[in-house]
Amino acid sequence: MRVNFTVNGRRHEADDVWEGESLLYVLRERMGLPGSKNACEQGECGSCTVRLDGVPVCSCLVAAGQVEGREVITVEGLADFAAHRSEAHPGTGCASGACGTALDEARRWEAEPSGEDARETGELSPIQQAFIDAGAVQCGFCTPGLLVAADELLERTPEPSDADIREALSGNLCRCTGYEKILDAVRLAAARAEEAV
Amino acid sequence: MGVTGSPTSINQGTRTKGGIGESTLRPDGILKVTGEFAYSSDMWHEDMLWGHTLRSTVAHAEIVSIDTSEALATSGVYAVLTYDDLPTAVKNYGLEIQDTPVLAHGKVRHHGEPVALVAADHPETARRAAAKIRIDYRELPVITDEASATADDAVLVHEGRTDHHIGHVAHPNIVHRQPIIRGDAEAAKARADVVVSGEYVFGMQDQAFLGPESGLAVPAEDGGVDLYVATQWLHSDLRQIAPVLGLPEDKVRMTLSGVGGAFGGREDLSMQIHACLLALRTGKPVKIVYNRFESFFGHVHRHPAKLWYEHGATRDGKLTHMKCRIVLDGGAYASASPAVVGNASSLAVGPYVVEDVDIEALALYTNNPPCGAMRGFGAVQACFAYEAQMDKVAAELGMDPVEFRQLNAMEQGTLLPTGQRVDSPAPVAELLRRVKAMPLPPERQWESAGEQADVRALPGGLSNTTHGEGVVRGVGYAVGLKNVGFSEGFDDYSTARVRMEVIGGEPVVTVHTAMAEVGQGGVTVHAQIARTELGVAQVTIHPADTRVGSAGSTSASRQTYVTGGAVKNSCEAVREQVLDIGRRKFGTYHPAWATAELLLEGGKVVTDGGEALADLADVLEDEAVDIELEWRHRPTEAFDLRTGQGNGHVQYSFAAHRAVVEVDTELGLVKVIELACAQDVGKALNPLSVVGQIQGGTIQGMGIAVMEEIIVDPRTAKVRNPSFTDYLLPTILDTPTIPVDVLELADDHAPYGLRGVGEAPTLSSTPAVLAAIRNATGLELNRTPVRPEYLTGT
Repeated sequence: MRVNFTVNGRRHEADDVWEGESLLYVLRERMGLPGSKNACEQGECGSCTVRLDGVPVCSCLVAAGQVEGREVITVEGLADFAAHRSEAHPGTGCASGACGTALDEARRWEAEPSGEDARETGELSPIQQAFIDAGAVQCGFCTPGLLVAADELLERTPEPSDADIREALSGNLCRCTGYEKILDAVRLAAARAEEAV
Repeated sequence: MGVTGSPTSINQGTRTKGGIGESTLRPDGILKVTGEFAYSSDMWHEDMLWGHTLRSTVAHAEIVSIDTSEALATSGVYAVLTYDDLPTAVKNYGLEIQDTPVLAHGKVRHHGEPVALVAADHPETARRAAAKIRIDYRELPVITDEASATADDAVLVHEGRTDHHIGHVAHPNIVHRQPIIRGDAEAAKARADVVVSGEYVFGMQDQAFLGPESGLAVPAEDGGVDLYVATQWLHSDLRQIAPVLGLPEDKVRMTLSGVGGAFGGREDLSMQIHACLLALRTGKPVKIVYNRFESFFGHVHRHPAKLWYEHGATRDGKLTHMKCRIVLDGGAYASASPAVVGNASSLAVGPYVVEDVDIEALALYTNNPPCGAMRGFGAVQACFAYEAQMDKVAAELGMDPVEFRQLNAMEQGTLLPTGQRVDSPAPVAELLRRVKAMPLPPERQWESAGEQADVRALPGGLSNTTHGEGVVRGVGYAVGLKNVGFSEGFDDYSTARVRMEVIGGEPVVTVHTAMAEVGQGGVTVHAQIARTELGVAQVTIHPADTRVGSAGSTSASRQTYVTGGAVKNSCEAVREQVLDIGRRKFGTYHPAWATAELLLEGGKVVTDGGEALADLADVLEDEAVDIELEWRHRPTEAFDLRTGQGNGHVQYSFAAHRAVVEVDTELGLVKVIELACAQDVGKALNPLSVVGQIQGGTIQGMGIAVMEEIIVDPRTAKVRNPSFTDYLLPTILDTPTIPVDVLELADDHAPYGLRGVGEAPTLSSTPAVLAAIRNATGLELNRTPVRPEYLTGT
């Protein structure tokens, strides 16, 4: 079957998709977006977390056909997505939780070509930069999923408590860091956002 | 069209300036946070096929027949291989003993053993075709424990063993046995005022690295193969792969692709040979990616163990003697079992002075899943038992458990049970003092946020199973002793190639090693070392491959020590050569070239007084200095097979933990509140990374204590929980805060005085958590992981 959907702000068609293929498989193997990782393929580890119409989901559990006409954000689009959000909502101002990127806004947004390679532009989203600065990246396999989940948490809850962070990221396993530096990273991103206001 | 997602040179750029001792950031950090870092499962090649492994559904059986015809006839299938298709007479591999079949022949010896391979144009096609392979098994009785393994009439897991251990074991179903006898434990026992014994059971832990076993094999025009794979030791893989393929080693070109964690689980081969066989058979690139279910069968696990310990002490608190017996279940194939036995026995006494010991450790062949390397490597199991014993003896004497440990703590100069003298700092008592001195977390934290209890902070968490009633707190301590590096006479060397040249007017250094970066941060510290030794800002880390000499394994806490040492060594040789060039070109202009101690700093040649003599760019111009050297740490020697005596280890590392737990005694649920750690790292080359390693190791130890276990059915030897749904791993909700106190007492024998870091925290966190749960509940708890039913008596 053919599936039409939007990934990181760009419309895509995937052809010859087998009915059993997951969104994760289509992203990784058909679209050349291997940033979402394949660690358990049963929704337990969160390594494949993407946003589907703004909602964090395990892309391994989403059948490719379910994304017809919908919006997907992966780690590859996170920097542009965050940049767009901060343009749309200067400051944070999203404490109500109602200020996530609206569907129609997301549809209007397109990744800038140059924005696809953060190494060239030097642009990372605040949570990406915080993960590097806090030492929250070791082997890095859990990192893309954690970043997508953490970014969504901060969009919803700009000043999360430690318990909020733990609750929001409890679906993402990490085997390297002991999670302490991941907590540090989320706290750091939140603190920097507060300073920026 | 080449491989996409193949590893690229990592350019440190100018954003991460810094030498050793600084918390410079990972050079691969940006790639990893943007999703661009190419892990082994991300490899892609035009026209590539997908490989799949068919694995045995039974643990022990004769293979009567295999019928692959239907699988081979499936549309989209390019090859189906069994044992009969192996190209050479070499059909087994192994780290120490070549007893592991590439594909089962005649017999399967454990649940999940590889039997056949399929290559197809879609992974699902490969899976479905594999399901059509018909195998007729004649099942055999399973050997699952010491009694069934060593019975006189026991079926031999490996008939006709010929390895060098066979002459020293009491039964062919024992892989290796190592006694350590020193002094006279029986005589010393007579001096004891108290004697305490205990039996302990340690469950089977999985490394559970997040990046599954995976890689891509690309057949080459010269008849060889290029393999892109996640591993811990490229050259060890190569040594095992080439003979099975019937190729010389230079026709198997290996490149490390991104590794999603390892923890010992990638020391043994998994899909490497399988992918190469399929690629060479089909003439097409073949990618294999295990799913999580298969990953549980695709790598060896931590040895489960049964341990019996006896300690005696005088009334004033000095240990008199120790006797112990450690039985490790090695499963169906040897893997690293002999070396695990060596560690378990030689470190069985822990970081304590006990002059009279009688130790025996052995590993069994059984039909359980094969076990081998995992972080802590034999020392973890022993630490769990001896630390429980320390608490028991202290309680028997009415002493504080920390003071009792400090009273018996080893120190620099202590003689180990192997007769080896510890010749570097061993701050065991100090680490315990430090960890005890840290402030305790406040009581009843779940109330501190306000009047309403925050259930998330309670045992059971969001399940909302308690509001604090029936919850009790406990505190426990533990400390551990781990060797660093490969022991027992192993030639534990590493190689580094370092090149300095001028690019774009700037001096640039390239560091090329075969070191496996598995997340530990070696790529960061190699650049730090090069900057420190060669004074340049720009350091490029070349992809790790087999075009440079072996770096040894990224394991045993050895990689920063040994490959870091090799990088330092090669940098020093490069520096000397650069200075020679400088003397040749500029020596006549300034007497300091001949007389002063010269350094490379800030891109210049400077005197030790700080005077700049020349820019490196002017010294080198269009010359490049390129040197590859090996580096070895001090030699070790084998343990005597009867007495265990010998200078077997090169260095030791020490960590201490204090665990604070809260237990819901009604439901048997445990919440670890805090796991404070104090560790001596000799010298923290990168403090940020060091703390990350300590915290990560701490949580792996906590996992053993409260949740992680591969459960094997004792009747069938089948694995019951090969998934992340049923094998429980700590989530961020399960983990405590982990304050870390890093001590730096230099080891004069090590590069920069450093001490291997990665494993020690995994040793002591498990017994610390157990001690805290015992402290909270008053229960004996001699088995790990602790399950709710042990706490509620149900």
